[in-house]
Amino acid sequence: MRGHLTAAGVLIAVFVLWEAAVRAFKVKPIVLPPPSAVFAELAAAPGWYLGHAWYTVLVTLGGFALAVLVGVLLAVLIVESRLLEKSIYALVIGLNSVPKVAVAPLFVIWLGTDAEPKIAIAFLIAVFAIVIDAVLGLKSVPPDILDLARALRGGRLATLWRIRFPCALPSLFAGMKVAIGLALVGAIVGEFVSSQRGLGYVILSAQGMFDTARVFAAILLLAAMGVALFWLIAALERFAIPWHASQKEHLPTH
Amino acid sequence: MKARPAASIEVTRLRKQFGAQGVLAIEDASLSIAPGEFVSVLGPSGCGKSTLLRCIAGLESPSGGSVSVNGTSVDGPPEGLGMVFQRDALLDWRNVADNLMLPIDFRHGDRAAARERAASLLALTGLQGFENAYPAQLSGGMRQRVAICRALVDDPVLLLMDEPFGALDALTRDQMNIELQKMWLAEHKTVVFVTHSISEAIFLGDRVVVFTPRPGRIADVIRIDLPRPRRLAVRGAERFNGYASHIRTLFEGMGLLKEEA
Repeated sequence: MRGHLTAAGVLIAVFVLWEAAVRAFKVKPIVLPPPSAVFAELAAAPGWYLGHAWYTVLVTLGGFALAVLVGVLLAVLIVESRLLEKSIYALVIGLNSVPKVAVAPLFVIWLGTDAEPKIAIAFLIAVFAIVIDAVLGLKSVPPDILDLARALRGGRLATLWRIRFPCALPSLFAGMKVAIGLALVGAIVGEFVSSQRGLGYVILSAQGMFDTARVFAAILLLAAMGVALFWLIAALERFAIPWHASQKEHLPTH
Repeated sequence: MKARPAASIEVTRLRKQFGAQGVLAIEDASLSIAPGEFVSVLGPSGCGKSTLLRCIAGLESPSGGSVSVNGTSVDGPPEGLGMVFQRDALLDWRNVADNLMLPIDFRHGDRAAARERAASLLALTGLQGFENAYPAQLSGGMRQRVAICRALVDDPVLLLMDEPFGALDALTRDQMNIELQKMWLAEHKTVVFVTHSISEAIFLGDRVVVFTPRPGRIADVIRIDLPRPRRLAVRGAERFNGYASHIRTLFEGMGLLKEEA
């Protein structure tokens, strides 16, 4: 609670300084509008902004969910098969070194101009973090516990489900916290390339009209969304792995 | 639940080498263990005593010789095996009660009977009331107690323990020795107990198998003729010290335990 108050205090201080600096140095609003102007812009058409923000959230969550699904599946294949470890892993690493922004226009050609290409780009940017951390997690099982599973005559599937998956969760959540932010970046990139909706579209069209206040309004919303999405994952984490050291403050010890 | 009859173990001229040119861990080890016997395996670090245990558990396959449990040659973990490791190998994401159910989850035993047994094992080790605690909330000794209860929960015929108390402080270790003896006296499972503590080996064992440094060979098998239940004070008894000094002499003969003249 105290941490939240401190964060809120810092945020308010930044806005106050920003407002004061813009007024003191008489900065042109086209270069840097004062926060009061940005808030006024948001307040003028809240429904319109929320509609675009909602679209971007849906694209982000779509790309993120796909990244988790595909990323975990790839990680399982990589961990369970030595052959696939060598082939898929190399492929994943190779693909990741291609700048994803550069392939964004391709997705528009392949998938059209609806939500699909944006979800695809969000997915592509986010999936790498999931694969890397899920592989790390699935491999982090202590050797004693794998021996125990074998001694109990546990099959591969049972060991994967009862031992490897739960053991991978802390790592997977770390990857998901990174990936949700990356998915948001991907969604905006997708909207930049081709869109009539979403905050990326708002920013691009406002830039065309030199409406700097509107650009800042959209950026502010994006920042708020990024934080909210991160919190969502952190809340899921608390719920899913209450036993982990990172959550230990919630557990009494004996 | 009626206890299953304990297993017998037959190790014949066991040899284990890791890789074709690799480390020779065990050479020509033969050992017969009767049902219900408690055998301590004692030796210096890295002498292959854990490898012997892993061969009996079917976690390693012999490079030569054979291991059989209840007359069946071991090629994979045998039926009804309970194992305890040096680090407790508890699952951090399961509370105590659910950790105890792991053998049932894997081996699909009688869940209701196991729950009943779990409750009585927890009571026997003073852990009742901790069913809902997570391993991170427990001390080292409590964690190892849970690991032992887990190994016993579906009534194994054979209990293999790999330096289970090696990571505990001396006082907790003594306490665990007493408790383990109590559990063993209640059910007389066949136990193979690997340790590098001379007094622990004597205190717990019906027999102590002494290993040489690598490659591990069996240097001597000593029958411990001390009445049970043994109390910690037995470690001051003359006969106990006779066994201990005999083992120390063996180790000195191997070039271990050198003292400057």
